[in-house]
Amino acid sequence: MTSKTTIPVHLDINGRHHTLELEPRVTLLDALRDRLGLTGTKKGCDHGQCGACTVHVDGERVLACLTLAAQAEGRTITTIEGLAREGELHPVQAAFLEQDAFQCGYCTPGQIMSAVACIREGHAGSDEEIREYMAGNLCRCGAYPHIVAAVRQAALEVAS
Amino acid sequence: MRDFDYFRPATISDAVAAAAEPGSAYLAGGTNLLDLMKGGITSPERIVDISRLPELNRIETLDDGGLRIGALVRNADLAHDPAFAKAYPAVAEALLSGASAQLRNAATVGGNLLQRTRCSYFYDTASACNRRQPGSGCSALGGENRLHAILGWSDACIATHPSDFCVPLVALDAVVEIEGKEGRRHVTLEEFHRLPGDTPQRETVLQPGELIVAVRLPAQAASFASHARYLKVRERTSYAFAVVSAAAALVVDRGKIRGARLALGGVAAKPWRARSAEAVLLGADADEASFVRAADAALADASPSGDNAFKIELARRIVVRALTSALAGTPAVMPALPASPFSSLPGVRHDA
Amino acid sequence: MTLELGLNQQPAHTRQGSSIGQPLTRRDGFLKVTGTARYAADNHPPGMLYAVLAVSSIARGRVVSLDIEAAKAHSGVVEVMTPLNRPALATDPDAKDHPFMFRLDLLQNDGVRYPNQSIAVVIAETLEAATEGAALLSPRYETEPARVGLDGAESFVPRGVGVGNPAVQQMGDVEAGLESARTRIEATYETPAQYHNAMEPHAIVAAWDGDRLSIDTPSQGLAMAQGRIAGLFGIAPQNVHIRSPFLGGGFGSKGMISGPQVLGILAAKLVGRPVKLVLRREQMFGPVGHRAPTRQTLRMGMDGEGRLTAISHHARTTSSTFDDFFEPAADASHTLYASPAIATSHDAVRLDTGTPLFMRAPGEATGSIALESAIDEAAHACGMDPLEFRLRNYAEVEPMTGKPFSSKALRECYEQAAEAFGWAGRPLEPRRMRDADGYLTGWGMGTATFPAIMFQAEARAVLRADGSGLMETGAQDMGQGAWTAFAQIAADGLGLDIDQIDFRAGSSDLPNAGIAGGSGHTATAGMAIHNAGAAVIARLADLATRNEASPLFGAGNEGVLARGGRLYRRDDESRGESYTEILARAGLAEIEGHGKGAPDPTSQEAYAKHAHGAVFAEVKVDPDLGQIRVTRLVGAFAAGRVINPRLVRSQYYGGMIWGVSFALHEEAVTDRRSGRIQNANLAEYHVPVNADVPSVEALLVHEDDPHVNALGIKGVGEIGITGTAGAVANAVWHATGVRPRRFPIRIEDLLG
Repeated sequence: MTSKTTIPVHLDINGRHHTLELEPRVTLLDALRDRLGLTGTKKGCDHGQCGACTVHVDGERVLACLTLAAQAEGRTITTIEGLAREGELHPVQAAFLEQDAFQCGYCTPGQIMSAVACIREGHAGSDEEIREYMAGNLCRCGAYPHIVAAVRQAALEVAS
Repeated sequence: MRDFDYFRPATISDAVAAAAEPGSAYLAGGTNLLDLMKGGITSPERIVDISRLPELNRIETLDDGGLRIGALVRNADLAHDPAFAKAYPAVAEALLSGASAQLRNAATVGGNLLQRTRCSYFYDTASACNRRQPGSGCSALGGENRLHAILGWSDACIATHPSDFCVPLVALDAVVEIEGKEGRRHVTLEEFHRLPGDTPQRETVLQPGELIVAVRLPAQAASFASHARYLKVRERTSYAFAVVSAAAALVVDRGKIRGARLALGGVAAKPWRARSAEAVLLGADADEASFVRAADAALADASPSGDNAFKIELARRIVVRALTSALAGTPAVMPALPASPFSSLPGVRHDA
Repeated sequence: MTLELGLNQQPAHTRQGSSIGQPLTRRDGFLKVTGTARYAADNHPPGMLYAVLAVSSIARGRVVSLDIEAAKAHSGVVEVMTPLNRPALATDPDAKDHPFMFRLDLLQNDGVRYPNQSIAVVIAETLEAATEGAALLSPRYETEPARVGLDGAESFVPRGVGVGNPAVQQMGDVEAGLESARTRIEATYETPAQYHNAMEPHAIVAAWDGDRLSIDTPSQGLAMAQGRIAGLFGIAPQNVHIRSPFLGGGFGSKGMISGPQVLGILAAKLVGRPVKLVLRREQMFGPVGHRAPTRQTLRMGMDGEGRLTAISHHARTTSSTFDDFFEPAADASHTLYASPAIATSHDAVRLDTGTPLFMRAPGEATGSIALESAIDEAAHACGMDPLEFRLRNYAEVEPMTGKPFSSKALRECYEQAAEAFGWAGRPLEPRRMRDADGYLTGWGMGTATFPAIMFQAEARAVLRADGSGLMETGAQDMGQGAWTAFAQIAADGLGLDIDQIDFRAGSSDLPNAGIAGGSGHTATAGMAIHNAGAAVIARLADLATRNEASPLFGAGNEGVLARGGRLYRRDDESRGESYTEILARAGLAEIEGHGKGAPDPTSQEAYAKHAHGAVFAEVKVDPDLGQIRVTRLVGAFAAGRVINPRLVRSQYYGGMIWGVSFALHEEAVTDRRSGRIQNANLAEYHVPVNADVPSVEALLVHEDDPHVNALGIKGVGEIGITGTAGAVANAVWHATGVRPRRFPIRIEDLLG
């Protein structure tokens, strides 16, 4: 396959299948936001330096701004919109709400996607470990202590 | 970002054939290339997406006891591979000290070797940069350069190589396996990256179209497993490039150093193998005095390329500390703050 | 059309008693954790085009050519807006009618006056095409030398600093005070240029319909933005509708409408279609404000008992070549420490940078780190514990004016924070503490302060026949919790349960809520809400107490109280009736009331009004490598009445983390030759990451203030950064013996 104009890209997002005609240069982030109306995933820097665009590809956290949509073809993608099941908040979402783990909320979808993965990876064993493994998600409001508390709380809930 | 052709080859030979055309670039994790393309620092006409080539995704033990790591193995997978982390703890620690969990999930072994400098003048396309645009000059000279090179720099370029991973790799005699039109060849990592000289645009020995297919660690590299550390000083605790870093690996027998490996990061345009320091250490007493002599040897040829003289002294101290930590022994578990000077703060350890 | 956000669909956290003071979770929290909170750039009206700025790479000069043809030839590019075809404006963007009208770069000419100034806008069908189109413009320039740095131009004394304070102020005879002192210190501190870097880049989606304009854009001051835009386009303010339900952070940078936002509106006008324009992260370093660098010299004299005899605080700062904002750093010395003589002064140089702007605690943050460092130096020079020294110089009245404080629970802050931190027993001399791992350990403290400011705001309240309430004010939530705290005040004001309140905000077609800035939004808009609620209750009480059929008949307006959707007799709470009964009897569908919030001029004259706090920090420093890590932070703050302790604690934490960032991380590095910022990105412009932030504790110290306003609210948004930055710097000194004199503190400063 080769093309300079557009190529068909098949994306499996939050359990739904989408087929898009995209220029190869379109990133997964811009495809989500501009083509599919999935604007929960945020653009903070567009250079892999802030973590706001964190999504899961095949269950693992990656940055949608440094992933071409074409690279995600056929992979299973989960965004913040796909986390809650039947209106029931994911334990990490509930913990963020309860611990006030955000202020402006702009980095929050990325923080939550990162936190879900952090717990799944087994990197929520101590506060220090949570801090390190959540370091790829900047929060300019300074909600970090509450983010750590939320991840700690959610990790316990997920484990039980 | 300019538009480009997108090609997803099915085999290595298809990839190499596709990339033989001028203006081509390989895309693996994309964590560096896409950033550069967005900034207009590099503008390939054709992207060869190799990220799904299955045979490049394996970690294999070789018959001679060495290890062969496929170029597409992701940084996170390698660092968290228990057998790998046990045998090559400094490499795992370096990997985990780099970037963020998200980036490590995408970035690959081969891509890490090929990441470009973080010199701000390289990124700033309005500046002169011999690396980006040969012959244009070097705006970093006389500019804001407190984090630039102290070893191996030239008047054409004072940039540093930003990799953490490469630092312990070069110390452990890693070899790069390269596929090209002419077939496969092997180059030591020490030879793989080039110092700038008059041609800083030639960053590695790769010929156009050549593909890194694997990185090999010789059997001997695992002999340092019980005394190997990576130490990285940064301007924030995590998610930051090194100001200076060092990988140290020792074999110690009854107080004498029987094997010594040392390399520095953040100091030169390539991961810096400090062979003169290794020579000082070999056969010496395993003590601070030897480490200080080794540090002096490692930095004997260092000189500031700008407002960065402090990095020479800092590098000396990091060498001493890294060797001291290596002598103390590899921690049984990976620190929660990998490679940080604060990794020994109580209660922060966990299993890798 | 106002916003329908569905904020009321999620029940608030369980609580008891009245709403004010309850730690409710955020009413907008469900939207924010599910990714459904809609920020400006999330909007996508039909037919929308994408606009991308082209910005200058030079600091000074003019654009001599742009390759417009190349950009237009790129597939998908619709139009390129340059000074040649930019739609006309009704007002010169360089006009300045009042100090808060900042000059904007709106392609009025080919001039360049700072790096990253807008020089063209490319409009395209896709973001990718617009972005590449902007790159293809390949501008050529006529370049003039850039003026860079605190000594980069001739200095002058500005006419005013900050919001118009005198640049030079003096009380008492400073030179005589210094002369008579037993001990003197003099020290100079430098602080760098910092950029707000809210996580949400400035963004706008603009759509014209004739001479009516509909905008989604983050704004900390909707009414001001509406007025500014209306003035620029020569249309009535009510023709400009701005929706700003959520800001992805502001910190001052979204206080004034910025040039790039207006360019989005111009682009929409040019192409006759809705347009979205979002700044790229690197474009945030220039046209949307920054905190200017400073160089501050403090001189202090102390008598034999450690009492200050004089404080002299001079600050050099920078502004742009074409507009005026001067960081009022030295004014930090006006309020905190008693001294018979205080002199503050400012001078400035004009550089080829974007115009500086308010950035979280403007003046207070920069001034505080220098003042608190100098106080620490003074205490040490006197051989005194830094806390004892501060208590010795405790200001019982505002030193500069002699006014009493409306309230000041700073002593309690010192006491509670010191106790929680475990300050007692701290060695006076530096480099005396090491932990078990050998790290140098240091303890430092700082005093926090921020003025209790109020602006002007209005609110409209409606009580409906079904007993529910509506409260409207164009308040702005940039993360501080306006959606929640104002609903709490509204609930109490209307005597309703919070779940009965429909609170509307974040839109310019609502009553003017003033600005979300100066830590004054909760007090100002909160008072408007409180008064609007009171107006409704007064009318309701009138209806009831004048009607013979009501059990409240004859009680008089003062004789009833409102609670839980009912009015009761104060003297007999068994007698009362519900709002619905009163409205039904009166045959009314609803009752409307209006309220205002504004500072009280009488108490303003009589009292000094400030929030206070004390912050204690512990740092560890690697003795050989100089890397620093903050390990503990404890702050105690007294800021009047707390509307929602959960949200207030988050505000204090955020401020304190900004303090850590000020001391250890943030700095825009400018090339000394080109004037370009070399780290205009989030990889090398370091803000703290989670791993930089230790255990943080913020104690909420009780404080009743009868003078600031009827609700007793001061403000909590900015105070946390003050005190903390100095506390961290002082802890680094205490750990190492090296006195930080430039910020952020660098590894090389500590290598020795």
